[in-house]
Amino acid sequence: MEFLVASSVGVLTAAGVYLLLRAHTFPVVLGLTLLSYATNVYLFATGRLAINAPPLIDAQVARYTDPLPQALVLTAIVISFGMTALLVVMALRSWSASGDDHVDGGPAAPGTAPEDRR
Amino acid sequence: MNHWIVLPVLLPALLGSVLVLIGRRDPVIARTLSVASCAALLALVVSLLATASTEAPQVYALGDWPAPFGIVLVLDRLAALMLVLANLLALLVLLSAIGGADRERQHFHALWQFQVMGINGAFLTGDFFNLFVFFEILLIASYGLMVHGGGRERLRAGVQYVVVNLVGSTLFLLAVGLIYSVTGTLNMADLASRVPEVAAGDRALLHTGALLLLLVFALKAALVPVHFWLPGTYAHAPAAVAALFAIMTKVGAYAIIRLFTLAFGDDAGASSWLAAPWLLPAAMLTLLAGMTGVLGAQSLAQLAGFSVIGSMGTLLMAVALFTEEALSAALYYLLHSTLAAAALFLLVGMIAQRRGGAGDRLRIAPPVAQAPLLGALFFIAAIAVCGMPPLSGFIGKLLILDSARESVSASWIWGLILGTSLLAVIGFSRAGSLVFWKSTAQAEAQDAEGGGAAEDEGAAPPARGGALPLVATSALLAGLVGLTVFAGPVSEWLDDTAAQVHEPAQYVDAVLGAAAGNE
Repeated sequence: MEFLVASSVGVLTAAGVYLLLRAHTFPVVLGLTLLSYATNVYLFATGRLAINAPPLIDAQVARYTDPLPQALVLTAIVISFGMTALLVVMALRSWSASGDDHVDGGPAAPGTAPEDRR
Repeated sequence: MNHWIVLPVLLPALLGSVLVLIGRRDPVIARTLSVASCAALLALVVSLLATASTEAPQVYALGDWPAPFGIVLVLDRLAALMLVLANLLALLVLLSAIGGADRERQHFHALWQFQVMGINGAFLTGDFFNLFVFFEILLIASYGLMVHGGGRERLRAGVQYVVVNLVGSTLFLLAVGLIYSVTGTLNMADLASRVPEVAAGDRALLHTGALLLLLVFALKAALVPVHFWLPGTYAHAPAAVAALFAIMTKVGAYAIIRLFTLAFGDDAGASSWLAAPWLLPAAMLTLLAGMTGVLGAQSLAQLAGFSVIGSMGTLLMAVALFTEEALSAALYYLLHSTLAAAALFLLVGMIAQRRGGAGDRLRIAPPVAQAPLLGALFFIAAIAVCGMPPLSGFIGKLLILDSARESVSASWIWGLILGTSLLAVIGFSRAGSLVFWKSTAQAEAQDAEGGGAAEDEGAAPPARGGALPLVATSALLAGLVGLTVFAGPVSEWLDDTAAQVHEPAQYVDAVLGAAAGNE
């Protein structure tokens, strides 16, 4: 269980960082999404991993899971979803205004095709 | 409980939602409401400042949930100071946007209110996750304001700004998660009381989390090596928005001061003054990078952006000393540099408007309309930003130099601050003389027109927006003069503030003690 969670966080982060460094809007959006997934899984694990344990106080149960990280993850999901939507809209606007999809302040010349730098 | 404390967050939140509905229909009412709200907020935070300067830190428990479990807002001297600065800036800069930037799109005032809400919340909150949420609010409003009015270059810079800050938010969450997993709390005061008790084996995790937070705050404060987003963003944002953004870098500086004096100060045992060895070299490099950028700037807006980076370097150098004296000096410099940077950005916007096709690029162009007036204002602002006597920048730098005398790296700090001041003077005098004195022949005008990379809307009719930007700029500069004249009382007040910040027990008692009182 621990290995599964830890490795999934690691793989998601690695893939997210790799895509982020591609410096074109589409891979960057995907990379940010993967990074936010990694963060969410990671946040979920900060309350320690407990299976079949309730997050609420119950007289019959001695073992609990921490409810706070779950609340944090919910907030984080909502925020990152909204931010991703905004980023997609801005990237589309920028692409339609400038004709290329660089995010690193690369060549601003309108004639440069995105493929040139791949 | 003092219920006024929640109003700096609540009022702009409610009004912002109302303005979304009204802005479309009646821009005049929207404008009036927005200005009225900013003025009311300023009056409110000034009265909060008066309360905070006589009483112990005050706590507002949201929903009346007691402290370590619920979210609290905390008003102490530092928070009150930042609130006054932010709301003063918001009001003055909003005046300058009236009839100019706010006519280009419908929702300018709504976004402005949400921006103010996020900034006020970030200064007031006493909870890390809540700080994250307020950061997101101020960021998402700033994304909207930044690309306000559109245009190719602005959108490109906007996408870059959003991506950088989204990565920052991800790191923020990771850091908060790390700290929570070790200490089991998100409340700042509770964290401060738990840090000394963290087991030795978990301390590395805690430090990783805290230093990740430092990185995130450094990103907001535009510290080297995460400063690269600032010049492009500020140079392409509308002038009024760039002027408001002058407070955004200070949100990062405030968060650094808050976290690393409260939870990682003298009482933190093995974790005390965790940030100092990282912050000082980074701040030095920031100062150097900023002022070198001032020398090499291609446009006035870039010049202003790099001078903001330089001033953040100076400010955080003083913060990184982590002494009472240095913190007081840093806060004085913070007040000064915020007002000066805002005035400079407004001026750059006005100059660009009155220069026709050349905009704010540093090249020989047709003469600027109203050159004597703008030139005089630019001269005053440049003196302030460079830190030349007689304005407050000089006093601020003097206080910082004086407070650094005891430090082991004093020679580095003195050398850097004095040396980079020279760079700033050269950069600003070159820019000023180029813009105001070398502008002559009409033949050069065609050269300027052919630049191609200019903003599409760059060739706006001259003197649009009337006198209000001039009034706002003059008011900001008058603020600097006031800061200079009343430097004595102000720095005494700031000494007390620094003393309060360096006594985290007051803050912790206020938060955790208040919780016990409410139960």
